Amino acid sequence: MADVTLTIDNKQVTVPAGTLVVDAAKRAGLDVPVFCYHPKLEPAGMCRMCLVEIGRPMLDRATGKPVLDEAGEAKIQFMPKLETACTNPVSEGMVVKTQLTSEKARAGQKGTVEFLLTSHPLDCPVCDKGGECALQDLTMAHGPGQSRFLFDEKQRLAKQLPLGELIWLDRERCIQCARCIRFQDDIAGESVLGFEERGRMMQIVSMSEPGFDSIFSGNTTDICPVGALTTSDFRFGARPWELNAAPSICAQCPVGCNLTFNTRREAKADGQIVIKRVMPRQNEQVNEIWMCDKGRFAYHYVESEKRLTRPLMRRDGKLAKVSWKAALDLAAEKLSEHKKNSVTLVSGRLSNEDLYNLNIFAGKTEAILYTDMGGGDLTSLVGVSDGTNIGDMGKGDAILVIASDLYNEAPIWWLRIKAAAERGATLIVAGGRAAKLDRFATFTIRYAYGDEIKTIEDLGGKSKIAEAFRKAENALIFYGSDGLGLAGSTSLAAACANLLKETNHIGRRNNGLVGVWPRVNDQGAWEMGFRPTADLAEALKGKAVYIVGADPAGDDPALAKALKSAKFVVVQDISMTATAELADVILPAQPHTERAGTFTSGERRVQRFYPVVPAFGESRPDFSITAQLARQMGIILEGSSLPIVFDFIAHSLPAFDGLNYDRLAEVTEQWPMVGRGDMYYGGTTYENKDGLGAHLSSAAQRGETFKLPAAKNVKPLRPKEGELLAVPVTQLYDLGNTVASAELLAQRIGAAAISLHPETAGKLGAADGETVKISWNGSQSEVRVRTDEGLAAGVALVPRSFGIALREPMTLTVKPAKKVK
Amino acid sequence: MAHILLRHRDIPNLNVFEVYKKNGGFEAFKNAVKTMKPEDVINAVKNSGLRGRGGAGFPTGMKWSFMDNKSWPHYVVANADESEPGTFKDREIMEQNPFQFLEGVALGSYAVGAHAAYIYLRGEFWQVAAFLDERIAEMEKAGLLGDKLFGTEYSLRIHTHLGAGAYICGEETALLESIEGKRGQPRVRPPFPPAVGLFGKPTVINNVETFANVPMILANGADWYKSIGTADSAGVKIFSLSGRVKKPGNYELPFGKTFRDLIYGEGGGILEDRPIKAIMPAGASSSFIVADDKALDTVLDYASVRTLGADLGSASVIVIDDTVSVEWVVNKTLHFFKHESCGKCTPCREGTYWMLNVIKRIEHNRQAEDVSMLYDVAKQMQGKCLCALGEFATMAVTTGIERFPADFGR
Ligand SMILES: Cc1cc2nc3c(=O)[nH]c(=O)nc-3n(C[C@H](O)[C@H](O)[C@H](O)COP(=O)(O)O)c2cc1C
Ligand code: SF4
Ligand code: SF4
Ligand code: SF4
Ligand code: FES
Repeated sequence: MADVTLTIDNKQVTVPAGTLVVDAAKRAGLDVPVFCYHPKLEPAGMCRMCLVEIGRPMLDRATGKPVLDEAGEAKIQFMPKLETACTNPVSEGMVVKTQLTSEKARAGQKGTVEFLLTSHPLDCPVCDKGGECALQDLTMAHGPGQSRFLFDEKQRLAKQLPLGELIWLDRERCIQCARCIRFQDDIAGESVLGFEERGRMMQIVSMSEPGFDSIFSGNTTDICPVGALTTSDFRFGARPWELNAAPSICAQCPVGCNLTFNTRREAKADGQIVIKRVMPRQNEQVNEIWMCDKGRFAYHYVESEKRLTRPLMRRDGKLAKVSWKAALDLAAEKLSEHKKNSVTLVSGRLSNEDLYNLNIFAGKTEAILYTDMGGGDLTSLVGVSDGTNIGDMGKGDAILVIASDLYNEAPIWWLRIKAAAERGATLIVAGGRAAKLDRFATFTIRYAYGDEIKTIEDLGGKSKIAEAFRKAENALIFYGSDGLGLAGSTSLAAACANLLKETNHIGRRNNGLVGVWPRVNDQGAWEMGFRPTADLAEALKGKAVYIVGADPAGDDPALAKALKSAKFVVVQDISMTATAELADVILPAQPHTERAGTFTSGERRVQRFYPVVPAFGESRPDFSITAQLARQMGIILEGSSLPIVFDFIAHSLPAFDGLNYDRLAEVTEQWPMVGRGDMYYGGTTYENKDGLGAHLSSAAQRGETFKLPAAKNVKPLRPKEGELLAVPVTQLYDLGNTVASAELLAQRIGAAAISLHPETAGKLGAADGETVKISWNGSQSEVRVRTDEGLAAGVALVPRSFGIALREPMTLTVKPAKKVK
Repeated sequence: MAHILLRHRDIPNLNVFEVYKKNGGFEAFKNAVKTMKPEDVINAVKNSGLRGRGGAGFPTGMKWSFMDNKSWPHYVVANADESEPGTFKDREIMEQNPFQFLEGVALGSYAVGAHAAYIYLRGEFWQVAAFLDERIAEMEKAGLLGDKLFGTEYSLRIHTHLGAGAYICGEETALLESIEGKRGQPRVRPPFPPAVGLFGKPTVINNVETFANVPMILANGADWYKSIGTADSAGVKIFSLSGRVKKPGNYELPFGKTFRDLIYGEGGGILEDRPIKAIMPAGASSSFIVADDKALDTVLDYASVRTLGADLGSASVIVIDDTVSVEWVVNKTLHFFKHESCGKCTPCREGTYWMLNVIKRIEHNRQAEDVSMLYDVAKQMQGKCLCALGEFATMAVTTGIERFPADFGR
């Protein structure tokens, strides 16, 4: 858009046309105070805090040219009333006088603050927002020193009202700015908040059951300009000024949201530093200024009672505490002894550096990635290229999402892809069931589970949708493993990669393939050379196994059985797991909150995280443990300096070429500006001072020649009469090791349940909420039934990480739990 | 002079379809659709000098010509919210002369190319809405509404929509929100409804009385209409007269009569022939006019009333005599505005609440400090609110204290 030049407080400012006066001032370093305006939301003009004087050049009616004064300057006509800087777009020659140069503006703003305070409870000393509150800050800066309002005439309202189990509302503190409502309506697309009553009685209500039913609810507490909205997690937890801030990356999903952990020392933790809350950290290319509730509330696993604090060794059948030396000695001895017959099994929970060391450690022996989703080798070839930003995508671009319920698997991608669609991007959502993203889709494709490859192949053919995808200037494909196991997802990745290549959507920014991985650093594990295996049980049987960051026994009894028959089991993890229970040696590791490292997101962005709290007990970082173990076995690995390990990676892998720790810590200016002294503007999201990270290059971007494998046609499984097609799916909140310890999420996690179409359930005589007995692949279990209109008949959704081991589509039979005789 | 809007007072049973038809009804609409271009209808209304009767007095033809012709469909909305205390004219039109109003809506719709028009009625008017629905059905049956009217390509449907009891829903953008099923709160303007209105599409919103003028203008010509009234304000206006007068009620007068004509002529003077003290020309939203001879001899049109430091608004003239304290009247208006403030913007939400508290204290134990405070708070609200309601809430306060200081112990 063309640029416009205007004058604000005697300062010439040039900004793009369409910019609002408030933002133009901000860019010029001038602060116009706001409460209801937020740079990520549409202006509402409600609070009347941003009052300024606005003048425009007087135009001659006849000629349309500016009228000049004696000095030859354009005459400026000021509006008779004060104007809101947040609703007025700039125009050429405009003159703005803010509170810095206008007495009238100053008086207007002072009046607004006085009005806001008339019914405010002023309970700052017990308010969680005290210290980072827009109302406090702007009152000090612009308000009157004294109140003329009689205290006992204040409007009294509910002070402790749970909107849901995660967010509390204090209605007296609310200044009715509607930021929370507008965030839910416009950004989250989950309109669950609203106003009730009117005038001074107007108050926020949750309109959903359960209350505040949104997976983005925590963000409203960041942008609420007062202490009206607080999280159950942090409420009364600490004062903001006591908190230290440590930059980190969310480890819950492949988005890799940038975060800040707030910590403080606590006596009840023996003077230890503990985590008090998790806040988003701005990265406009990743999570903007948002994060999801899983990232915000599920972190408690890092401080769980199950954390391993000391090495353990099996003695007389029982696990006993031992020294690091003893544990490492035994592990090294046994792994050396079975060298030719050993397996290293890792997961995408680990950092790039851990995985690099582990891969060298494994050497020629088998190195397996613990996952049921394939295709990471292809995202290395045709994954998104440097500079890719979903936030830039809009009209003329296309995004295809297939076999992924992004809402549950990668919430912030869901949010940003929805926004891209709203900006005009063609969004194609292809799935085996109805998904929340469908609502924003330009085209929805509903296939029968098993027809994923065919669906992609059709997109290479002739149809309106195929046309839209082919013709798009830029196109991304997000593929996942909704309803798929390893074989299916591997094949789907190949189909997608080929489609992208055929339609010339690779090797350029905003083009390429993205895997919606189950874990934060699965992509990194693939880059380091780890691959999943088709028959993991077979691979483990009778071997000496070194398992790092994975819990196969907890997921699948068949894998537990395989491990029981293993020769020797070394488990390296942060917590006691079902797998660790079977170990001969346990090596206690540190979660990402206790150490530094890097993760590679699904968009192949490498990002640094930093230590947040001191290590638990004697735990050590994974890369060091592996190096120590390796050393005992005669392999030399870097075990103390992460930057050095990273340099090794950068030298050995072309995708990492040119990257180093300093480069990853670089920041460039981001818009909007958040998290500085002016929290009233963007909210309490942290400014990013510690690195925006960097994209890995793809082979396509580097111009390498490569051959893409053809998609293997997996024969769709069609159940027989009396059977159902059971498919594994991912739920946001599950019983996995990294979620279940967050007590406040218990209600959202719920109990294990399979979902059926109401008609299917009806035929089986199972009502919604009833318990049934299911049998599959020789296993049996009792679970609840949930009915879901969005499913095809004859399909049963089985949630992953809920104790039902289903790693790929299978047939399943359902019987009433209690036999009626 | 025969009535132009309250024609039912001259013609019995004008609210019966056949009677209206027999008296030249629907001819203007039929003629317009069959023989006139939409622009010609707009021009006729422009040339008539008709100004909006909902309060602001904005030139109606000009408003219609602002419709954005790059964005479609277009909508027409009739504002039948009639919630201003002291206003009761739209109801009489809709109940007694409904077809003239509906024909006006139809003409307005044709003029701006709208195929759907909404009549937004306050919730208490549910019987009026039911009555209008029947009249609309009659028009549909007679081929005056519906598809391909009079053998042309033009189609039109009129719908009624009931509010839920909020004064703010008379404000045009809050009204649009309410029709859209949202909370009745004003939108930020600009954009104005002729650019972005109902469902985001260009929309014309006019008062019931405004629409009721249109068939007569088209039937008798713009010049005829313009010849009635004053240079500033053409035509006739219905004055809702209430308060301490002998004969309260609706009076249709050409612009150009005086307050004296209205109050002492039509209204029969003050109850018990007491001295008149103050006039509120536009209901609760009014400024107070000191009812001296100069005021009583002031001509009733938009510009002249302004010289008295007041607005004619919807012309709901409330008469106050010497038995009534202006402080008491202000107290009543503040109860009203505190109750009706929608709460969207800070000065009005907090200011109306604050002012009510202060005036209640003044009522129980008047102290000079509180009178000053009341005045200050009102001044602090002025010019800062999101919509005109906040402004309205202060008018009686500031002009009451300025013009009737004795009633506040000053
Ligand atoms: C608080 C408030 C209440 C209003 N109430 C009404 C009303 O009840 N009826 C009405 O016609 N206009 C009302 N208006 C004016 C409308 O906003 C709008 O200006 C009018 O409907 C336009 O019609 P007109 O041009 O025919 O006058 C109100 C305005 C405000 C600010
Ligand atoms: S709860 Fe907070 S964000 Fe929501 S309206 Fe109130 S003050 Fe604004
Ligand atoms: S979207 Fe993913 S990375 Fe972001 S906060 Fe949620 S779980 Fe964490
Ligand atoms: S002035 Fe009053 S009625 Fe109008 S938007 Fe503000 S609060 Fe609502
Ligand atoms: S009105 Fe501009 S910030 Fe609220």
